[in-house]
Amino acid sequence: MNVNSNSYTYLFSVVMVVLVAVLLSVAALSLKPAQEANIQKEKKQEILQSLGMEISRDDADAAFDTYITEQLVLKGGKIQANPETPAFDIKMADALAKPTNEREVPLFIAERDGKIFYIIPVRGKGLWGPIWGYVSILSDGYTIAGATFGHKGETPGLGAEISTPVFTDQFPGKKLAVNGAYQSISVRKGDASGDHQVDGISGGTITSVGVESMLNDCLQPYMSYLLARNPALTIPVAANSDSLISVL
Amino acid sequence: MSQITKSEPKEALFSKKNVKILKDPLNESNPVTVQVLGICSSLAITVKLEPAIVMGFSVLVVMACANLITSLLRNLIPNRIRIIVQLVIVAALVILVDQVLKAYVYDVSKQLSVFVGLIITNCILMGRIEAFALANTPWKAFLDGIGNGVAYAAVLIIVAFVRELFGSGQLFGIQVIPDSWYLDNGGWYSNNGLMLLPPMALIVLAVLIWVQRAKFRQLIEN
Repeated sequence: MNVNSNSYTYLFSVVMVVLVAVLLSVAALSLKPAQEANIQKEKKQEILQSLGMEISRDDADAAFDTYITEQLVLKGGKIQANPETPAFDIKMADALAKPTNEREVPLFIAERDGKIFYIIPVRGKGLWGPIWGYVSILSDGYTIAGATFGHKGETPGLGAEISTPVFTDQFPGKKLAVNGAYQSISVRKGDASGDHQVDGISGGTITSVGVESMLNDCLQPYMSYLLARNPALTIPVAANSDSLISVL
Repeated sequence: MSQITKSEPKEALFSKKNVKILKDPLNESNPVTVQVLGICSSLAITVKLEPAIVMGFSVLVVMACANLITSLLRNLIPNRIRIIVQLVIVAALVILVDQVLKAYVYDVSKQLSVFVGLIITNCILMGRIEAFALANTPWKAFLDGIGNGVAYAAVLIIVAFVRELFGSGQLFGIQVIPDSWYLDNGGWYSNNGLMLLPPMALIVLAVLIWVQRAKFRQLIEN
Protein backbone atom coordinates (compact mmCIF):
# COMPACT_ATOMS: atom_id res chain seq x y z
CA MET A 1 0.00 0.00 0.00
CA ASN A 2 1.39 3.37 -0.96
CA VAL A 3 0.74 5.67 1.97
CA ASN A 4 1.80 8.72 0.00
CA SER A 5 -0.67 8.41 -2.87
CA ASN A 6 -3.32 11.10 -3.25
CA SER A 7 -6.24 8.76 -2.78
CA TYR A 8 -4.79 7.27 0.39
CA THR A 9 -4.09 10.73 1.78
CA TYR A 10 -7.72 11.77 1.18
CA LEU A 11 -9.04 8.54 2.61
CA PHE A 12 -6.82 8.86 5.69
CA SER A 13 -7.90 12.43 6.39
CA VAL A 14 -11.58 11.62 5.97
CA VAL A 15 -11.41 8.61 8.27
CA MET A 16 -9.34 10.54 10.81
CA VAL A 17 -11.66 13.52 10.89
CA VAL A 18 -14.80 11.38 11.23
CA LEU A 19 -13.27 9.21 13.94
CA VAL A 20 -12.02 12.15 15.97
CA ALA A 21 -15.32 14.00 15.55
CA VAL A 22 -17.30 10.97 16.75
CA LEU A 23 -14.94 10.44 19.67
CA LEU A 24 -15.13 14.05 20.81
CA SER A 25 -18.90 14.35 20.41
CA VAL A 26 -19.49 11.14 22.35
CA ALA A 27 -17.18 12.39 25.08
CA ALA A 28 -18.81 15.82 25.18
CA LEU A 29 -22.36 14.44 25.29
CA SER A 30 -21.74 11.70 27.82
CA LEU A 31 -19.81 13.98 30.16
CA LYS A 32 -22.21 16.88 29.94
CA PRO A 33 -24.57 15.89 32.81
CA ALA A 34 -21.64 15.46 35.19
CA GLN A 35 -20.15 18.80 34.10
CA GLU A 36 -23.42 20.67 34.54
CA ALA A 37 -23.99 19.15 37.96
CA ASN A 38 -20.54 20.42 38.93
CA ILE A 39 -21.35 23.92 37.72
CA GLN A 40 -24.65 24.00 39.65
CA LYS A 41 -23.01 22.76 42.82
CA GLU A 42 -20.27 25.33 42.43
CA LYS A 43 -22.86 28.08 42.13
CA LYS A 44 -24.52 26.92 45.35
CA GLN A 45 -21.11 26.73 46.98
CA GLU A 46 -20.30 30.31 45.95
CA ILE A 47 -23.66 31.61 47.16
CA LEU A 48 -23.10 30.04 50.57
CA GLN A 49 -19.50 31.20 50.60
CA SER A 50 -20.65 34.81 50.59
CA LEU A 51 -22.13 34.03 54.03
CA GLY A 52 -18.68 32.96 55.15
CA MET A 53 -19.49 29.27 54.94
CA GLU A 54 -16.90 26.90 53.50
CA ILE A 55 -18.83 23.94 52.19
CA SER A 56 -17.44 21.08 50.16
CA ARG A 57 -18.87 20.59 46.70
CA ASP A 58 -20.51 17.31 47.68
CA ASP A 59 -22.45 18.91 50.53
CA ALA A 60 -23.43 21.99 48.55
CA ASP A 61 -26.87 20.73 47.48
CA ALA A 62 -28.00 19.82 50.99
CA ALA A 63 -26.57 22.95 52.62
CA PHE A 64 -28.16 25.17 49.98
CA ASP A 65 -31.59 23.68 50.69
CA THR A 66 -31.06 24.14 54.44
CA TYR A 67 -29.92 27.75 54.51
CA ILE A 68 -31.54 29.40 51.50
CA THR A 69 -35.14 30.04 52.47
CA GLU A 70 -36.36 32.14 49.55
CA GLN A 71 -35.35 32.73 45.96
CA LEU A 72 -36.91 35.89 44.55
CA VAL A 73 -36.76 37.60 41.19
CA LEU A 74 -36.67 41.39 41.14
CA LYS A 75 -37.47 43.69 38.25
CA GLY A 76 -37.16 47.45 38.60
CA GLY A 77 -36.92 47.08 42.38
CA LYS A 78 -40.12 45.02 42.71
CA ILE A 79 -40.69 41.33 43.20
CA GLN A 80 -41.79 39.51 40.08
CA ALA A 81 -44.53 37.05 40.96
CA ASN A 82 -44.20 35.09 37.72
CA PRO A 83 -40.63 35.44 36.47
CA GLU A 84 -39.62 34.18 33.03
CA THR A 85 -36.90 32.01 34.56
CA PRO A 86 -36.59 30.78 38.15
CA ALA A 87 -34.14 32.81 40.25
CA PHE A 88 -31.47 30.12 40.39
CA ASP A 89 -31.41 29.65 36.62
CA ILE A 90 -31.07 33.31 35.69
CA LYS A 91 -27.86 33.92 33.79
CA MET A 92 -26.41 37.23 34.97
CA ALA A 93 -24.67 37.77 31.64
CA ASP A 94 -28.05 37.78 29.87
CA ALA A 95 -29.75 39.85 32.55
CA LEU A 96 -27.06 42.54 32.47
CA ALA A 97 -27.44 42.95 28.71
CA LYS A 98 -30.79 44.67 29.37
CA PRO A 99 -31.31 48.21 30.67
CA THR A 100 -31.35 48.44 34.46
CA ASN A 101 -35.11 48.78 34.80
CA GLU A 102 -35.96 45.84 32.55
CA ARG A 103 -33.56 43.38 34.15
CA GLU A 104 -34.93 40.38 35.96
CA VAL A 105 -32.35 39.73 38.65
CA PRO A 106 -32.30 37.04 41.35
CA LEU A 107 -32.21 37.69 45.09
CA PHE A 108 -31.50 34.85 47.49
CA ILE A 109 -32.62 35.10 51.08
CA ALA A 110 -30.77 32.99 53.60
CA GLU A 111 -31.33 32.29 57.24
CA ARG A 112 -28.44 31.30 59.44
CA ASP A 113 -28.39 31.18 63.25
CA GLY A 114 -31.70 33.04 63.27
CA LYS A 115 -30.37 35.94 61.20
CA ILE A 116 -31.61 36.93 57.77
CA PHE A 117 -29.17 37.60 54.94
CA TYR A 118 -29.78 38.88 51.43
CA ILE A 119 -27.48 37.44 48.79
CA ILE A 120 -26.98 39.29 45.52
CA PRO A 121 -25.16 37.94 42.48
CA VAL A 122 -22.82 40.35 40.68
CA ARG A 123 -21.07 40.08 37.35
CA GLY A 124 -18.71 42.31 35.39
CA LYS A 125 -15.59 42.56 33.29
CA GLY A 126 -12.04 41.94 34.47
CA LEU A 127 -8.90 42.34 32.43
CA TRP A 128 -9.00 39.06 30.50
CA GLY A 129 -12.57 37.94 30.86
CA PRO A 130 -15.67 37.98 33.02
CA ILE A 131 -15.54 38.30 36.78
CA TRP A 132 -18.46 37.50 39.06
CA GLY A 133 -19.34 37.01 42.66
CA TYR A 134 -21.93 37.08 45.42
CA VAL A 135 -22.43 39.77 48.01
CA SER A 136 -24.39 39.00 51.17
CA ILE A 137 -26.07 41.82 53.04
CA LEU A 138 -27.33 41.95 56.62
CA SER A 139 -31.02 42.34 57.35
CA ASP A 140 -30.62 46.14 57.68
CA GLY A 141 -30.42 46.12 53.90
CA TYR A 142 -27.13 47.97 53.44
CA THR A 143 -24.34 46.52 55.58
CA ILE A 144 -22.24 43.94 53.74
CA ALA A 145 -21.93 40.64 55.59
CA GLY A 146 -19.54 39.01 53.16
CA ALA A 147 -18.47 38.78 49.57
CA THR A 148 -16.94 36.20 47.31
CA PHE A 149 -15.54 36.68 43.82
CA GLY A 150 -14.64 34.42 40.96
CA HIS A 151 -12.99 35.02 37.63
CA LYS A 152 -12.53 33.28 34.33
CA GLY A 153 -8.84 33.97 33.75
CA GLU A 154 -7.39 36.95 35.59
CA THR A 155 -3.60 37.00 35.96
CA PRO A 156 -2.45 34.67 38.77
CA GLY A 157 -0.80 36.62 41.55
CA LEU A 158 -2.30 39.91 40.32
CA GLY A 159 -5.95 40.25 39.25
CA ALA A 160 -6.71 36.70 40.35
CA GLU A 161 -6.18 37.80 43.94
CA ILE A 162 -9.75 39.16 44.00
CA SER A 163 -10.95 35.66 44.82
CA THR A 164 -8.60 35.29 47.82
CA PRO A 165 -9.44 36.20 51.43
CA VAL A 166 -6.84 39.00 51.32
CA PHE A 167 -9.29 40.91 49.15
CA THR A 168 -12.70 39.55 50.15
CA ASP A 169 -12.10 39.84 53.91
CA GLN A 170 -12.22 43.63 53.54
CA PHE A 171 -15.90 43.60 52.65
CA PRO A 172 -17.74 42.57 55.83
CA GLY A 173 -18.95 45.69 57.62
CA LYS A 174 -18.74 48.03 54.63
CA LYS A 175 -21.90 50.05 53.98
CA LEU A 176 -23.90 50.42 50.79
CA ALA A 177 -26.01 53.38 51.87
CA VAL A 178 -25.68 56.77 53.51
CA ASN A 179 -28.76 58.15 55.25
CA GLY A 180 -30.97 55.79 53.32
CA ALA A 181 -29.49 56.64 49.89
CA TYR A 182 -27.44 54.21 47.82
CA GLN A 183 -23.68 54.67 47.98
CA SER A 184 -21.51 52.19 46.11
CA ILE A 185 -18.23 50.67 47.23
CA SER A 186 -15.11 52.15 45.65
CA VAL A 187 -11.96 50.12 45.15
CA ARG A 188 -9.05 52.38 46.00
CA LYS A 189 -5.28 52.44 45.97
CA GLY A 190 -3.85 52.65 49.45
CA ASP A 191 -5.93 53.79 52.38
CA ALA A 192 -9.37 52.22 52.40
CA SER A 193 -10.53 52.70 55.95
CA GLY A 194 -13.81 54.41 55.01
CA ASP A 195 -17.20 52.73 55.15
CA HIS A 196 -17.50 52.63 51.37
CA GLN A 197 -13.93 51.77 50.39
CA VAL A 198 -11.82 48.67 49.92
CA ASP A 199 -8.14 48.42 49.01
CA GLY A 200 -7.53 47.27 45.43
CA ILE A 201 -4.94 44.79 44.19
CA SER A 202 -1.49 46.25 43.44
CA GLY A 203 -0.63 45.37 39.85
CA GLY A 204 -4.22 44.35 39.22
CA THR A 205 -5.64 47.78 38.59
CA ILE A 206 -7.92 46.90 35.70
CA THR A 207 -9.38 43.95 37.60
CA SER A 208 -9.85 46.16 40.67
CA VAL A 209 -11.62 48.81 38.60
CA GLY A 210 -13.71 45.99 37.11
CA VAL A 211 -14.78 44.92 40.60
CA GLU A 212 -15.74 48.49 41.44
CA SER A 213 -17.94 48.99 38.39
CA MET A 214 -19.37 45.48 38.76
CA LEU A 215 -20.48 46.25 42.31
CA ASN A 216 -21.86 49.64 41.38
CA ASP A 217 -23.76 48.29 38.39
CA CYS A 218 -25.16 45.14 39.94
CA LEU A 219 -26.02 46.19 43.49
CA GLN A 220 -27.93 49.33 42.59
CA PRO A 221 -31.09 47.62 41.22
CA TYR A 222 -31.59 45.90 44.59
CA MET A 223 -31.08 48.82 46.90
CA SER A 224 -34.49 50.43 46.70
CA TYR A 225 -36.07 47.08 47.51
CA LEU A 226 -33.65 46.20 50.34
CA LEU A 227 -33.77 49.63 51.96
CA ALA A 228 -37.56 49.62 51.77
CA ARG A 229 -37.60 46.39 53.74
CA ASN A 230 -35.78 48.01 56.65
CA PRO A 231 -38.45 49.81 58.72
CA ALA A 232 -35.86 51.82 60.69
CA LEU A 233 -34.79 53.66 57.57
CA THR A 234 -38.25 54.97 56.76
CA ILE A 235 -38.12 57.15 59.88
CA PRO A 236 -36.42 60.52 59.18
CA VAL A 237 -32.78 59.93 59.94
CA ALA A 238 -31.93 63.22 61.61
CA ALA A 239 -34.51 62.76 64.34
CA ASN A 240 -33.70 59.15 65.01
CA SER A 241 -29.97 58.71 64.62
CA ASP A 242 -29.92 56.68 67.83
CA SER A 243 -32.37 54.14 66.54
CA LEU A 244 -30.39 53.79 63.33
CA ILE A 245 -27.28 52.96 65.29
CA SER A 246 -29.14 50.41 67.34
CA VAL A 247 -30.15 48.64 64.13
CA LEU A 248 -26.52 48.23 63.25
CA MET B 1 4.53 -4.01 12.07
CA SER B 2 5.94 -7.53 11.77
CA GLN B 3 9.20 -6.20 10.31
CA ILE B 4 9.78 -4.01 13.30
CA THR B 5 9.43 -6.76 15.86
CA LYS B 6 11.95 -8.79 13.86
CA SER B 7 14.52 -6.04 13.69
CA GLU B 8 14.49 -5.55 17.45
CA PRO B 9 14.70 -8.95 19.03
CA LYS B 10 13.28 -8.85 22.57
CA GLU B 11 14.80 -5.67 23.91
CA ALA B 12 14.24 -5.38 27.64
CA LEU B 13 11.62 -2.82 28.67
CA PHE B 14 14.17 -0.80 30.58
CA SER B 15 17.31 -1.54 28.62
CA LYS B 16 20.20 0.92 28.82
CA LYS B 17 19.08 2.56 25.59
CA ASN B 18 15.53 3.05 26.86
CA VAL B 19 16.64 4.45 30.19
CA LYS B 20 18.80 6.91 28.26
CA ILE B 21 15.72 7.99 26.27
CA LEU B 22 13.93 8.56 29.54
CA LYS B 23 16.76 10.38 31.33
CA ASP B 24 18.38 12.44 28.59
CA PRO B 25 15.71 15.16 28.50
CA LEU B 26 16.27 15.84 32.19
CA ASN B 27 19.64 17.38 31.53
CA GLU B 28 21.60 17.06 28.29
CA SER B 29 18.69 17.54 25.94
CA ASN B 30 16.29 19.38 28.20
CA PRO B 31 13.45 20.62 26.01
CA VAL B 32 13.27 24.02 27.70
CA THR B 33 16.78 24.96 28.77
CA VAL B 34 18.74 23.27 25.97
CA GLN B 35 16.37 23.06 23.03
CA VAL B 36 14.59 26.27 24.09
CA LEU B 37 11.11 24.95 23.30
CA GLY B 38 7.91 25.63 25.19
CA ILE B 39 9.19 28.99 26.41
CA CYS B 40 5.85 30.80 26.07
CA SER B 41 4.04 28.61 28.56
CA SER B 42 7.04 28.60 30.92
CA LEU B 43 6.70 32.37 31.09
CA ALA B 44 2.93 32.50 31.32
CA ILE B 45 2.14 30.12 34.15
CA THR B 46 5.07 30.21 36.54
CA VAL B 47 3.81 32.99 38.80
CA LYS B 48 2.65 30.38 41.29
CA LEU B 49 3.73 26.82 42.01
CA GLU B 50 0.36 25.13 42.00
CA PRO B 51 -0.74 25.88 38.42
CA ALA B 52 2.83 25.23 37.25
CA ILE B 53 2.72 21.72 38.70
CA VAL B 54 -0.73 20.97 37.29
CA MET B 55 0.34 22.29 33.89
CA GLY B 56 3.55 20.25 33.98
CA PHE B 57 1.60 17.10 34.81
CA SER B 58 -1.00 17.73 32.08
CA VAL B 59 1.69 18.26 29.47
CA LEU B 60 3.35 15.07 30.63
CA VAL B 61 0.14 13.05 30.21
CA VAL B 62 -0.73 14.56 26.83
CA MET B 63 2.82 14.20 25.53
CA ALA B 64 3.13 10.55 26.55
CA CYS B 65 -0.25 9.69 24.97
CA ALA B 66 0.35 11.73 21.82
CA ASN B 67 3.78 10.17 21.33
CA LEU B 68 2.33 6.71 21.86
CA ILE B 69 -0.57 7.19 19.44
CA THR B 70 1.59 8.82 16.77
CA SER B 71 4.14 6.07 17.05
CA LEU B 72 1.45 3.39 16.69
CA LEU B 73 0.16 5.11 13.55
CA ARG B 74 3.57 6.10 12.18
CA ASN B 75 3.52 3.65 9.26
CA LEU B 76 0.00 4.68 8.26
CA ILE B 77 0.32 8.47 8.33
CA PRO B 78 0.75 10.01 4.86
CA ASN B 79 3.93 12.05 4.86
CA ARG B 80 2.41 15.16 3.26
CA ILE B 81 -0.22 15.70 5.93
CA ARG B 82 1.73 14.43 8.91
CA ILE B 83 1.86 17.80 10.67
CA ILE B 84 -1.93 18.13 10.43
CA VAL B 85 -2.38 14.59 11.71
CA GLN B 86 -0.09 15.34 14.66
CA LEU B 87 -2.06 18.48 15.42
CA VAL B 88 -5.35 16.61 15.31
CA ILE B 89 -4.03 13.93 17.67
CA VAL B 90 -2.73 16.49 20.16
CA ALA B 91 -5.82 18.71 19.94
CA ALA B 92 -8.21 15.77 20.35
CA LEU B 93 -6.28 14.55 23.39
CA VAL B 94 -6.24 17.98 24.97
CA ILE B 95 -9.99 18.46 24.46
CA LEU B 96 -10.65 14.99 25.84
CA VAL B 97 -8.48 15.65 28.91
CA ASP B 98 -10.22 18.99 29.43
CA GLN B 99 -13.70 17.43 29.25
CA VAL B 100 -12.83 14.60 31.62
CA LEU B 101 -11.26 17.03 34.09
CA LYS B 102 -14.37 19.22 33.99
CA ALA B 103 -16.63 16.26 34.69
CA TYR B 104 -14.70 14.42 37.37
CA VAL B 105 -12.04 16.68 38.90
CA TYR B 106 -13.70 20.05 38.56
CA ASP B 107 -11.34 21.86 40.93
CA VAL B 108 -8.27 20.91 38.95
CA SER B 109 -9.91 21.91 35.70
CA LYS B 110 -10.75 25.30 37.16
CA GLN B 111 -7.13 25.87 38.06
CA LEU B 112 -5.95 24.99 34.61
CA SER B 113 -8.62 27.12 32.90
CA VAL B 114 -6.95 28.68 29.86
CA PHE B 115 -3.74 26.73 30.28
CA VAL B 116 -5.28 23.50 29.00
CA GLY B 117 -5.71 25.12 25.59
CA LEU B 118 -2.10 26.26 25.73
CA ILE B 119 -0.94 22.64 25.79
CA ILE B 120 -1.87 22.38 22.11
CA THR B 121 0.45 25.22 21.24
CA ASN B 122 3.36 23.84 23.26
CA CYS B 123 6.27 23.47 20.84
CA ILE B 124 7.71 20.57 22.84
CA LEU B 125 4.76 18.36 21.91
CA MET B 126 5.01 18.92 18.17
CA GLY B 127 8.80 18.82 18.37
CA ARG B 128 8.92 15.44 20.07
CA ILE B 129 6.23 13.91 17.88
CA GLU B 130 7.90 15.11 14.69
CA ALA B 131 11.46 14.34 15.75
CA PHE B 132 11.01 11.17 17.77
CA ALA B 133 7.62 9.46 17.77
CA LEU B 134 7.34 9.29 13.97
CA ALA B 135 10.58 7.34 13.74
CA ASN B 136 10.51 5.11 16.81
CA THR B 137 8.59 2.21 18.29
CA PRO B 138 5.64 2.91 20.63
CA TRP B 139 7.35 2.01 23.89
CA LYS B 140 10.36 4.21 23.13
CA ALA B 141 8.10 7.06 22.04
CA PHE B 142 6.11 6.69 25.25
CA LEU B 143 9.29 6.85 27.37
CA ASP B 144 10.47 9.87 25.40
CA GLY B 145 7.16 11.58 26.11
CA ILE B 146 7.43 10.85 29.82
CA GLY B 147 11.05 12.00 29.96
CA ASN B 148 10.37 15.27 28.19
CA GLY B 149 7.21 15.87 30.21
CA VAL B 150 9.09 15.44 33.48
CA ALA B 151 11.88 17.68 32.22
CA TYR B 152 9.42 20.40 31.22
CA ALA B 153 7.61 20.13 34.56
CA ALA B 154 10.91 20.34 36.44
CA VAL B 155 11.88 23.61 34.75
CA LEU B 156 8.39 25.02 35.36
CA ILE B 157 8.55 24.11 39.04
CA ILE B 158 12.00 25.64 39.54
CA VAL B 159 11.01 28.92 37.87
CA ALA B 160 7.65 29.02 39.69
CA PHE B 161 9.38 28.35 43.02
CA VAL B 162 11.68 31.34 42.59
CA ARG B 163 8.92 33.62 41.32
CA GLU B 164 6.34 32.76 43.96
CA LEU B 165 8.87 32.92 46.79
CA PHE B 166 10.32 36.31 45.87
CA GLY B 167 7.29 37.73 44.13
CA SER B 168 4.64 37.08 46.74
CA GLY B 169 6.61 35.63 49.67
CA GLN B 170 4.57 32.44 49.45
CA LEU B 171 4.88 28.82 48.41
CA PHE B 172 1.74 26.96 47.31
CA GLY B 173 -0.18 30.04 48.43
CA ILE B 174 1.09 29.74 52.02
CA GLN B 175 3.08 32.64 53.45
CA VAL B 176 6.67 31.50 54.09
CA ILE B 177 8.43 34.81 54.57
CA PRO B 178 7.53 35.92 58.11
CA ASP B 179 4.99 38.75 58.25
CA SER B 180 7.15 40.66 60.72
CA TRP B 181 9.90 41.09 58.08
CA TYR B 182 7.73 43.29 55.91
CA LEU B 183 8.12 47.05 55.75
CA ASP B 184 4.41 47.46 56.53
CA ASN B 185 4.96 45.73 59.86
CA GLY B 186 8.10 47.62 60.73
CA GLY B 187 10.51 45.17 59.08
CA TRP B 188 13.00 45.61 56.25
CA TYR B 189 11.64 43.31 53.57
CA SER B 190 9.42 43.91 50.59
CA ASN B 191 8.21 41.55 47.86
CA ASN B 192 9.78 41.98 44.45
CA GLY B 193 6.77 42.93 42.32
CA LEU B 194 8.79 42.50 39.12
CA MET B 195 8.91 38.75 39.83
CA LEU B 196 5.20 38.55 39.11
CA LEU B 197 5.61 39.96 35.61
CA PRO B 198 6.62 37.85 32.58
CA PRO B 199 10.02 39.54 31.92
CA MET B 200 11.29 38.22 35.21
CA ALA B 201 10.36 34.68 34.20
CA LEU B 202 12.61 35.12 31.19
CA ILE B 203 15.45 36.28 33.42
CA VAL B 204 14.98 33.45 35.91
CA LEU B 205 14.95 30.99 33.03
CA ALA B 206 18.09 32.55 31.58
CA VAL B 207 19.85 32.24 34.93
CA LEU B 208 18.78 28.59 35.05
CA ILE B 209 20.27 28.01 31.57
CA TRP B 210 23.45 29.78 32.67
CA VAL B 211 23.81 27.63 35.78
CA GLN B 212 23.18 24.46 33.81
CA ARG B 213 25.78 25.33 31.18
CA ALA B 214 28.34 26.38 33.74
CA LYS B 215 28.00 22.94 35.31
CA PHE B 216 27.79 20.89 32.12
CA ARG B 217 30.29 22.51 29.82
CA GLN B 218 29.58 20.14 26.92
CA LEU B 219 26.31 22.03 26.44
CA ILE B 220 28.09 25.26 25.51
CA GLU B 221 27.93 25.96 21.78
CA ASN B 222 30.96 27.26 19.93
